[in-house]
Amino acid sequence: MKNSHEKVEKNVGLFFLFTVMAISIGGLVEITPLFFQKELATPVDNLKPYTALQMEGRDIYIREGCSNCHSQMIRPFRAETERYGHYSVAGESVWEHPFLWGSKRTGPDLARVGGRYSDDWHIAHLIDPRSVVPESNMPSFKWLSTNTLDGELTGKKLETFNFLTRNRSHKDENGNPIPLYTQAEIDGAKAAVEGKTEMSALVAYLQSLGHALK
Amino acid sequence: MSSFWNIWIWVLSLGLLVALTLLLRMCLKNFAGVEEGESMGHSFDGIEELNNPLPKWWSTFFLLTIIWAFGYIAMYGLGAWTGLLGWKSSNQGILSIAQSNAETAKYLEKDSGVLVQYDREMAAADAKFGPIFTAYAARSIEDLATDDEALKIGQRLFIQNCAQCHGSDAHGTTGFPNLADKDWLYGGTPEAIKETIMNGRKAAGMMAWETTLGGEQGVQEVAAYVISLSGRSVDPEMAKAGKAKFAICAGCHGPDGQGSLAMGTPMGAPNLTDNIWLYGGSKRVIEETIRNGRAGVMPAWKDILGEEKVHLIGAYVYSLSQD
Repeated sequence: MKNSHEKVEKNVGLFFLFTVMAISIGGLVEITPLFFQKELATPVDNLKPYTALQMEGRDIYIREGCSNCHSQMIRPFRAETERYGHYSVAGESVWEHPFLWGSKRTGPDLARVGGRYSDDWHIAHLIDPRSVVPESNMPSFKWLSTNTLDGELTGKKLETFNFLTRNRSHKDENGNPIPLYTQAEIDGAKAAVEGKTEMSALVAYLQSLGHALK
Repeated sequence: MSSFWNIWIWVLSLGLLVALTLLLRMCLKNFAGVEEGESMGHSFDGIEELNNPLPKWWSTFFLLTIIWAFGYIAMYGLGAWTGLLGWKSSNQGILSIAQSNAETAKYLEKDSGVLVQYDREMAAADAKFGPIFTAYAARSIEDLATDDEALKIGQRLFIQNCAQCHGSDAHGTTGFPNLADKDWLYGGTPEAIKETIMNGRKAAGMMAWETTLGGEQGVQEVAAYVISLSGRSVDPEMAKAGKAKFAICAGCHGPDGQGSLAMGTPMGAPNLTDNIWLYGGSKRVIEETIRNGRAGVMPAWKDILGEEKVHLIGAYVYSLSQD
């Protein structure tokens, strides 16, 4: 038995295998079963799919890295719910691909920012954050009001979301899944966003946040 | 949770704890075939590896963490079992606000056998702060507006929720009204202020008038007349031509431009005669307003803050315009 640990320590492949086994147990117990839990894959009753314009706004939110500074995850503590509203639940995020929960709050949480401010405020704030919040350290995103959308890919995005959410959509009274978007909505997606500014898309997206649980 | 995943969680969790206990036991024995404290035969640059046992404090703590884990599982549960405490942090499975409220009510009635950490925290806060807000809610806004304690709470709430648009001094900014003066779009009575905060306001909305006014010339004429209403000097010819066209504005702003509130219809059309300007009073901005229109929106706060807090904010805002 002398120096039997050498078998592991001098064999990189075996050591790697044991390491993976050791660190995967936490995930196998805590994460994997969640994928198969029905209550965490059921959309909340009022959940509505993003409109074509909101979907484009969401992509701008991702492109500009908003989730680097803003979370979209209200934790179940009074200190958070007093400020932001009802804590976030799994059923609100079942159609999110990728989810934008974030993990850093340089700015406030945005999970329920929809309806909290007027469109005018969002536009003023995105062009010059300090014009409305003097102590803000958010950068300006003024180019959003001059960039326009061409809508070339909008329809494809809606189609992709139909595919990604095919097992987690709302059900009709017979239990059949209702796709997020009808063919007419997919076909009309380009016309719905073409020529609109990125600003109006992002504001439309922000105003939709948190709508399902208010 | 299906029984498969339940078993999965139990087997992996308990299996790991048992395996770690066995590993610790094995490592506490000297199975190297070398006397304790003697050399293992390794030597790296003259530094020898000795066959020392695991430090006693270390192995004791390791054993204690394993025992702790069993205790933790007993209290907080594992898999579908909720444990002796029946503890959970929140109601993650809810599908609507109504369902969330029903779950909380069940918890408060103490018949669910479950300890929801969030509901417990909220109930404790409600027991502490609830009576304070209830007592203020029973008093009128006029009365609260003279109560320093109430105003302090109202101001805190205002700074948290309203200052983003109206400013921390409530003096507003371009497009967001000053609340500290006596010029109101929807009324400055306690009832009107509370209604505005509770349900929000959506201005009827000013249209873009350039086409109707016959182009740029018409816009400039009406702007000249509007500026003259608050006693500022303008080209009298332009103002006269503008006055003739002002009839279409009178529907909302009133025949004399005194605003919709003065006509008894709070639809958000400002008084144009008081030289107080929501979007700016320069010639350029007034022309822009007439050319492109405006539409202000105040969000509703009833669902976000609840009536009791809105009542206190209402008192604070009301107090700002009282001398």
